[in-house]
Amino acid sequence: MKKRVVITGLGIVAPNGIGLENFSNAIQNGISGITHHPALKALNFSCQIGGIPEVSEALKAQYFSKLQLRGFNSSGILYGCMAGVDAWKDAGFQTAADSPLDYDTGLIFGAGASSVDKFREAIYKVDEKQVRRLGSTVVLQTMASGISAYLGGMLGLGNQVTTNSAACATGVEGLLMGVDRIQLGKAKRMLVGSCSNHGPYIWAGFDAMRVMTYKHNDSPEQGARPMSATASGFVPGAGAGAMVLEDLDSALSRNATIYAEVLGGAVNSGGQRDGGTLTAPNSEAVVRCIQTAIAEAGVTAQDIDVINGHLTATAKDSTEIRNWATALDRKGTDFPYINATKGLIGHCLAASGAIECVSSILQLKHQFIAPNVNCEDLHPEIEALIAKSKIPMTKINRNFEVLAKASFGFGDVNSCVLFKRYKA
Amino acid sequence: MMTKDELIDKLKGIIAPYVQDEAAFKALTEDTDFVKDLKINSANLVDIILDIEDEFDIILENDDMEQMLTVKSAMAIVTGKLKD
Repeated sequence: MKKRVVITGLGIVAPNGIGLENFSNAIQNGISGITHHPALKALNFSCQIGGIPEVSEALKAQYFSKLQLRGFNSSGILYGCMAGVDAWKDAGFQTAADSPLDYDTGLIFGAGASSVDKFREAIYKVDEKQVRRLGSTVVLQTMASGISAYLGGMLGLGNQVTTNSAACATGVEGLLMGVDRIQLGKAKRMLVGSCSNHGPYIWAGFDAMRVMTYKHNDSPEQGARPMSATASGFVPGAGAGAMVLEDLDSALSRNATIYAEVLGGAVNSGGQRDGGTLTAPNSEAVVRCIQTAIAEAGVTAQDIDVINGHLTATAKDSTEIRNWATALDRKGTDFPYINATKGLIGHCLAASGAIECVSSILQLKHQFIAPNVNCEDLHPEIEALIAKSKIPMTKINRNFEVLAKASFGFGDVNSCVLFKRYKA
Repeated sequence: MMTKDELIDKLKGIIAPYVQDEAAFKALTEDTDFVKDLKINSANLVDIILDIEDEFDIILENDDMEQMLTVKSAMAIVTGKLKD
């Protein structure tokens, strides 16, 4: 019998809300976090809109010491630490600097890139032959595992502390790696999540690939249009989501709040074969990933009530819906409800999986289906596959049991996880 | 020319942000060791060196850095550089 794994803490730093209360309110009421950024315009970006969490200096000071903030220039690590600390506190644990070392808890916190802004600072100094003037802060903020290094120390975690990276599948992958570790009996708890930087230097490459929309610089809140006929590319976002995974017995023994159970999931790759490329998914592998996740979860396709899709607002949204319909063998009105969190926050890249898992878990815990935005003009290929009523535009309050969340990433990598409502 | 007390005050201002043991910092003397007494993270010693360079408009060599472990050695090195 596999150990049951539940979620006992959540933390969120999203473009449309920092903290569970703000974010939960935003996803229920369709509040957008997408705004126009003059800095992108000044640099001649095609896409000048984005989703950036607003973190005041006062808020930063609640998580970082003055010393930690000297020479600190890493929005991804900032968001990740905030979400991670919040999740840990939410689960009922201490965050004091001298809290006891906890060998039973590990940390897998993903990132797509470490601080590009810090790297830029360093590169300028190096090219000016000022290596010796870099100071001590460059390595910690530019190493891939910067986020897990900072966060692990803040919380005093003594089990495995690492960073995973699988492009936009990072968050769901890290969560499933944490589940594995608990089920193997190697940890009682795993703090998992993912984070992403914001700004021109991290987003430039995507702008150059023309995968971000350039049609909504004057209407930022309408820019992110998953499943819409007029979707014209994703809107970049940033932030972090974090979850405390815990062995059910451990959670029960300390009377922890249980948000949901992780039934199981799967990760795989399309191998950049059979239609898959560095940037496009091999649909057969996507279908297989979803089906394997369902089997791992010990449920059937019919048991899935709600899907939180990857759905980025590119031409691939129709392909994703077709892959879900194929994997579940469900179409029309028989298809589960589906929503796309990216309509409100954009595509938070490596952070997207964790942020959207938090969105999914809140929907399950509080028994609502979050509304979609900006797809009044549903894509005809999507409407041909699934009933419009399954893509709610207003919040639906209803009881449901199982939610499936998937994230797909560059490199033709896939991830899917199934969450279940927890009833004591 | 700066007096010894003025120099110590300036150094105290520079190292203050990095200090992890406030009691030891209050009781600072010339013999105070940056890492052993003030519990400064050894990685931050390079940051202190840079801040000293900025404050006194001097350049410290790698050899100077290796020796700068106590208040006394820092004073000696800075005083030497200021004379040069």
